[in-house]
Amino acid sequence: MTKEFKRPDGRKVDELRKMSAKVGVVPNADGSAMFSFGDTIAIAAVYGPKKMHPQHKQNPEKGTLRCNYNMISFSVNDRIRPGMSRRSMEISEISKWALEPVLMIDNYPNMVVDVHINILQANASTRCAGINAACLALAHAGISMKNMVSSVSIGKLDKQLVVDVDKKEEDWEEGEGATDIPITMTSDDKITHLQLDGKITNKQLKDAIELARKACKEIYEVQKKALKESLGEEK
Amino acid sequence: MTKEDNQRKVVIPGEVIVKGDNYLPGDGTEKRGEEIVSIKYGLSEEQNRLIKVIPLSGIYHPRRGNVVIGKVENLTFNGWVIDIGAPEGAFLSLMEVPKYVNKDGLDEVMDFGDMVIAKIWSINKRGIDLSIKSRGLGKIDEGIIVKVNPNKVPRVIGKEGSMVKLIKDETGCNITVGQNGLIWIKGDKIEDELFAKKSILFVTEKSYISGLTEEVKKWFEKEKK
Amino acid sequence: MDKVQKTSNMTGERIKEYLSNGKRFDGRNLEQFRELIIEPGISKNAEGSARVKLGKTEVLVGVKMNTSEPYPDSPNKGNLMVTTELLPLSSPRFEAGPPKIESIELGRLIDRAIRESKLIELDKLCIKEGEKVWTVFIDIYSINDDGNLLDAAGIGAIAALKNAKIPKYDEKNETVLYEESSGKNIPLSKDIPVSITAHKIGENIIIDSTREEEDISETRVTIGSSNGIVSSMQKGNSKELSIKEMEHILDLVEKVEKEISLKINKSIK
Repeated sequence: MTKEFKRPDGRKVDELRKMSAKVGVVPNADGSAMFSFGDTIAIAAVYGPKKMHPQHKQNPEKGTLRCNYNMISFSVNDRIRPGMSRRSMEISEISKWALEPVLMIDNYPNMVVDVHINILQANASTRCAGINAACLALAHAGISMKNMVSSVSIGKLDKQLVVDVDKKEEDWEEGEGATDIPITMTSDDKITHLQLDGKITNKQLKDAIELARKACKEIYEVQKKALKESLGEEK
Repeated sequence: MTKEDNQRKVVIPGEVIVKGDNYLPGDGTEKRGEEIVSIKYGLSEEQNRLIKVIPLSGIYHPRRGNVVIGKVENLTFNGWVIDIGAPEGAFLSLMEVPKYVNKDGLDEVMDFGDMVIAKIWSINKRGIDLSIKSRGLGKIDEGIIVKVNPNKVPRVIGKEGSMVKLIKDETGCNITVGQNGLIWIKGDKIEDELFAKKSILFVTEKSYISGLTEEVKKWFEKEKK
Repeated sequence: MDKVQKTSNMTGERIKEYLSNGKRFDGRNLEQFRELIIEPGISKNAEGSARVKLGKTEVLVGVKMNTSEPYPDSPNKGNLMVTTELLPLSSPRFEAGPPKIESIELGRLIDRAIRESKLIELDKLCIKEGEKVWTVFIDIYSINDDGNLLDAAGIGAIAALKNAKIPKYDEKNETVLYEESSGKNIPLSKDIPVSITAHKIGENIIIDSTREEEDISETRVTIGSSNGIVSSMQKGNSKELSIKEMEHILDLVEKVEKEISLKINKSIK
């Protein structure tokens, strides 16, 4: 990282886009939140815990978490056909795995917690924004949680690692091209989600994880502020 | 131990509330090593070394002794299933009605969609058991129901019932506050009921300001002009 | 889960009693809309967009454009497609999965209000007759349902259309350059069709109903009109209406429609 690397939008390599977060954006829901990285905007709503129906799906030992991630049709330039795609189904499951380790789901036997994540506007890193919003919404819904989780995508553009990948970077073609590494971590530095598409050495991947750890700390502060401010405003 | 630790503060899941061995973890917290950590988003509070977190949002968590308002969801051979907004079903048995009810005449006492004020007398693995045997409980036919976030109920009631008393006095309405966030208002006139409803919504909107009772008094003065 | 959500007997009775006294639970009169907020241009990747809030009800509407072949019976006209998704995020009563009749009807009602009023001058959206025309997609999403999603969606659709800019079309490569705008608006006629939905509850007719009111409504009528000219209409639910009631609804809608279209025009510079 000696040579100055130029990111398309001029950010420093370890600089996140401007983030914003807010809870309580869906009045009908038991908990809800918005989270954005620059132009990537996610909203999430939590319904529950509530009794699982049908009854045969109930688990008497612990509760069930269901996630439902989707992008709205005009969140991207090429209109997405409404409805679930294979991609959105996979990301729904990934989001569930990213969140479940911090949920104290044992406290909710026979019940289900539904998390609906919708991407309103996309400029890459949508699953990360979605997980950050979902975690806020779960806390806002008063669900017992051991910790918060924060999610960020680390990119390798040619040989350079960068934090919080945007669309231009996702499509990077120079040199070795782009490698996308979305990572989710708990506030005590445990990994709950990790994916990778591209090519990277073992050693550099370790650096990527360390970069993610630092970025997640910044994201955590934004999430914390959103939760604390939702009351502060009314003080 | 600093002074601030005694004060209520907003905490989020995973946040350390206090350190040191001489504290006990209460509701919404757990002990991790030497630390008491929050497992909820809410207000942390210390009372006689016991640390707890009061949730500020989310669904209603039923407790024994709570007076709740619910809707008849189903009739069974020996009672009524009542929706009180909790994830577990609540059941009102024939035996918990203050008068004799013929098993064939359940619907004459309460039918689908009827509203009832009841008390939770037991919570167990099977669910929640309700009773309407005490005074002030039973089916309601008149008045309106206002729904507020269950976590704001303590503010609507106020210290020793001071807030709800103020609203009753100012509006002339009869008010029963269910711990599950459903509030029953019964006045002589529609205008009175709407006025009481408006004041309750004012209280829930301003629920985090200090000196709320004074604010509400001022609000009434302004509104009555 | 229908029975869980339904309004209680007592609330139903009291809503009717209130209405007979000219009052509603939220303090409005029978012919009053809730606070209406229209925010155009809330999405960067849509050609046009708007967020509409009616009290606690909120919808997002986006307009996307793409090129396609025209229909054989209208070789020189662009296409219009309206879809609605009632997101499970927006209400405990909406489930994930294939669209239900409620959302299909909503989309079709908005579609007809726009199509039949000839709001979009589709013949100006022809690129090459018989070969290539613009398709205008209007996609409606519910964010929070507290009743009257229909009117909110209709207002949002018009605001998003008025907000839209046609993207640049590269004729040589036959591709749409979404990053570059042509700077042109979608050609719209001057009269904008506003959809207003009236509900009959007990013996009273109301507009802009809340969720609670919709639950006990026995009949509704949705009318798309512009300056007193009606171009689309649908009566919903299984209960009859008298001619007198229908006439009252028509008069009421004509009055309100003007206020709403003024508000839409004001929100878009």
